Amino acid sequence: MNFCLYKYIFKRLGMMVPVLLGVMLIIFFINHITPGDPAVILLGDRADIQDVENLRREMGLNDPFFVQFFRYVGNVIRLDFGTSFVPPHRTVWEEISMRFPTTMQLAALSVVFAILMGIPLGIISATKQYSIFDNIATVIGLLGVSIPNFWQGMLFIMLFSVTLGWLPAAGWSGPQTWILPAITIGTSSAAVIMRMTRSTMLEVVRQDYIRTARAKGQKESTVIYKHALKNALIPVVTVVGLQFGGLLGGAVLTETIFSIPGLGRYVVQAVNQRDYPTVLGGVLLMALAFSFVNLLVDILYAFIDPRIRSQYK
Amino acid sequence: MSENNITVAAKPKKKRSQARDVWRRFRRNKTAMVGMVIIIILILTAIFADVLAPGTETHPGYNLMNWRNTFELPSRDHPLGTDWAGRDILSRIIHGSRISLQVGFVVVGIAMILGIILGAVSGFYGGIADNIIMRIVDIILAIPNILLAISLAAALGPGLVNVMIAVGVGTVPAFARVVRASVLTLREQEFVEAARAVGANDIRIIFRHILPNCLAPIIVQATLAMAGAILSAAGLSFLGLGIERPKPEWGTMLNEAQADFLNYWHISVFPGLAIVIVVLALNMMGDGLRDAFDPRLKK
Amino acid sequence: MAENIKSGGKETLLDIKGLSIHYKTEDGTVRAVNDLNFKLNKGETIGLVGETGAGKTTTALGILRLVPDPPGKIVGGEILLDGEDLVKKTEAEMRTIRGQKISMIFQDPMTSLNPVMPVRDQIAEVILLHEKVTAAEALKKAEEMLDLVGIRAERAKEYPHQFSGGMRQRVVIAIALACNPGLLIADEPTTALDVTIQAQVLELMKNLKQEFNTAMIMITHDLGIVAEICDKVAIMYAGSVVEFADKYELFKNPKHPYTIGLFNSIPDIDTDVDNLKPIKGLMPDPTDLPPGCPFHPRCDNVKPECSQKMPQNLEVSENHFVKCLLFDDRR
Repeated sequence: MNFCLYKYIFKRLGMMVPVLLGVMLIIFFINHITPGDPAVILLGDRADIQDVENLRREMGLNDPFFVQFFRYVGNVIRLDFGTSFVPPHRTVWEEISMRFPTTMQLAALSVVFAILMGIPLGIISATKQYSIFDNIATVIGLLGVSIPNFWQGMLFIMLFSVTLGWLPAAGWSGPQTWILPAITIGTSSAAVIMRMTRSTMLEVVRQDYIRTARAKGQKESTVIYKHALKNALIPVVTVVGLQFGGLLGGAVLTETIFSIPGLGRYVVQAVNQRDYPTVLGGVLLMALAFSFVNLLVDILYAFIDPRIRSQYK
Repeated sequence: MSENNITVAAKPKKKRSQARDVWRRFRRNKTAMVGMVIIIILILTAIFADVLAPGTETHPGYNLMNWRNTFELPSRDHPLGTDWAGRDILSRIIHGSRISLQVGFVVVGIAMILGIILGAVSGFYGGIADNIIMRIVDIILAIPNILLAISLAAALGPGLVNVMIAVGVGTVPAFARVVRASVLTLREQEFVEAARAVGANDIRIIFRHILPNCLAPIIVQATLAMAGAILSAAGLSFLGLGIERPKPEWGTMLNEAQADFLNYWHISVFPGLAIVIVVLALNMMGDGLRDAFDPRLKK
Repeated sequence: MAENIKSGGKETLLDIKGLSIHYKTEDGTVRAVNDLNFKLNKGETIGLVGETGAGKTTTALGILRLVPDPPGKIVGGEILLDGEDLVKKTEAEMRTIRGQKISMIFQDPMTSLNPVMPVRDQIAEVILLHEKVTAAEALKKAEEMLDLVGIRAERAKEYPHQFSGGMRQRVVIAIALACNPGLLIADEPTTALDVTIQAQVLELMKNLKQEFNTAMIMITHDLGIVAEICDKVAIMYAGSVVEFADKYELFKNPKHPYTIGLFNSIPDIDTDVDNLKPIKGLMPDPTDLPPGCPFHPRCDNVKPECSQKMPQNLEVSENHFVKCLLFDDRR
């Protein structure tokens, strides 16, 4: 196999650059239309008009939009996400980079939960189509994609923390505090992955090459786990990657409910304090993380699917 | 005997019987029918909300506060109890259905129109237009949906219209992709060639020959997108970025319940249940429609 | 091949008696195979001929017991392989038969190979399943099989998408013959291929079949292929064999009105095109077969009783069977 992984990764990275620039443009544009003059906010309402004007010039707020945008891009590359509007006006990077690992950890835990639940249940459901198990799994899958995770978090706290007292309701200090939030965020992804696994497995087991494997005299379990699963995983892996964005988004709501000191809750607090640089910095960081996870998924893809591999010889 | 020669889209001639076929398969699907009945009941509830949840003395309207009856557990007067201001939760949920359905229908309606236009142009013409549109789609999809909605909502401020915009922007790309994918396959089909051969112009080919044949994926996507839009809007309201208090939006109700939900289970359980029921019903319908349109998976 | 034609003294390999396979669907029961009979001797080739939907593929899958269940089920009849009824075998017993005693070549080589597995491994899999060899030996034998079907060893580690349709069908043939099965079922093995490739693949199959002394069921709707490589012919209509005979006998002396219709609808280079006589009407819907003889609505020689009585399988001359009431009367 003379597949060139570097070439492939390089190409994928190259494709990411315009997307990331676009993401920054959108976020910068949203920032631009938000009400309020950053200079006024930084200096306070009673600041001298001349001081405000000086600061505006210093910050480059009077420059044309695209000049400002490219300065912003340059700043972001140097990890300068601006200054928080909220006293003590620390840099946004300082604040968000401190909280980001917690959110990534939470998202990683929930993706593990979602995969461990979703893929096996999807396989069983597909191989036992129309059985009681399949029906129950289908209902759970539908419920899973329909429950708002913030409400699920509230129910979990009421049930497992308050009524049963099994697990802590808040904080982020060790495995016990991880379980409820990770499951809360991961539930909908688990359901999506399960539904996807089920439907692709159903599609794959109808393929001719599965019949070929059976005609060889292969055991049904080998047919399913060796021949069908590897083919079915190709679309499932994509879905897992796409779900990661949903997990990061879910973290915003779930961290708020479970009082987890992560980036998500910080962003919500920043929204409520009208601290736009922090909001946009946080969102941008999570969008970047999402893009990198999808890059990893693309690389994983090449390992599963030889058809992709042979495009990069 | 291979499965591959089953085409998803039928030729326009068969439109009538195909629609009937789809309906027949849909009707047989119990889950989907239950979903549809729930949605119909919900629409009726939203229309007749004023009649169903009237503001009388014993049965306060959704915004009638009553400080002597705060946090009342479900009773005959208040089947789902009252909230921190003594307001009847059932009345608020009934009136909330208006907001949620409004958000769902408007967001999906507009996103669908935009998505169809973008997807059709992209798929039909290809080339530069396709490239630009699809890159924009990629970019929007690179920002996790709820995060995009949060940043937009933060910038636009709360309010019904702003929520619709905040949620809607992230809803368009999925439609554009779905439409583009179907247009790409349909574009090469013979009946399109035939229409072109008899001199039909592009607009006519797109609207008369191509779009009617991608209705199936669009309808399915619309149902599922509505579920997603309602969830996102509720999420924004829950964070205090969506519908402002004291409007009886379900997410807003949960936001209000946040302070006291550990002491009074009913203030959070019922509004959340309302969201689940609507979203579940829409998802059930969407699944049913997909299976009915594409019988390959159900045999 | 000449000695194979006289089948009388040869040992019977496969004897199918009264096989019926139905699919139960929401839209009713699809009677795909109904009271099907034919016999095959060791080393012989039979052509299973019929239109699309006549139940040829279902018959083939039925012999391997691979009819998807649900919705399909063998509802009656016997499939005797070396005297043992496959219908009564357990799934575990069937697994030792599939790939070893009976192999199958499917219609579409583009989809019948696993896209994420190197072709060599796909051949080695069947060898490992049925022969007591190590993985390395199986791989080596797989490469030999590839060589046998004309694929160079250095391509052994490549994936199906790197091969053309004709090459893929060679791989499928290698898989099918890897364990030297007594019976090979080929389901329209060349239909999906280009005409020039068709001839090559057919030639390859013919040669390998002789080399391995394998009996073969060749499913086709192409009477040309039958004329070229088959010893016997079974004509299928609506899930049943309506006529079964030695190839020369059948081509020279067709009896069943459907068979005659088939021959008449093939253009002959010597006669004028005006003389083409296609069979009128369409194949009946297998969920709603007409009463009596399923062919009677399209039959030129239809008689009143044809819509009432189901014809029996009659031996009109030695080893020439016909399912038609016309011949019932004569006797």
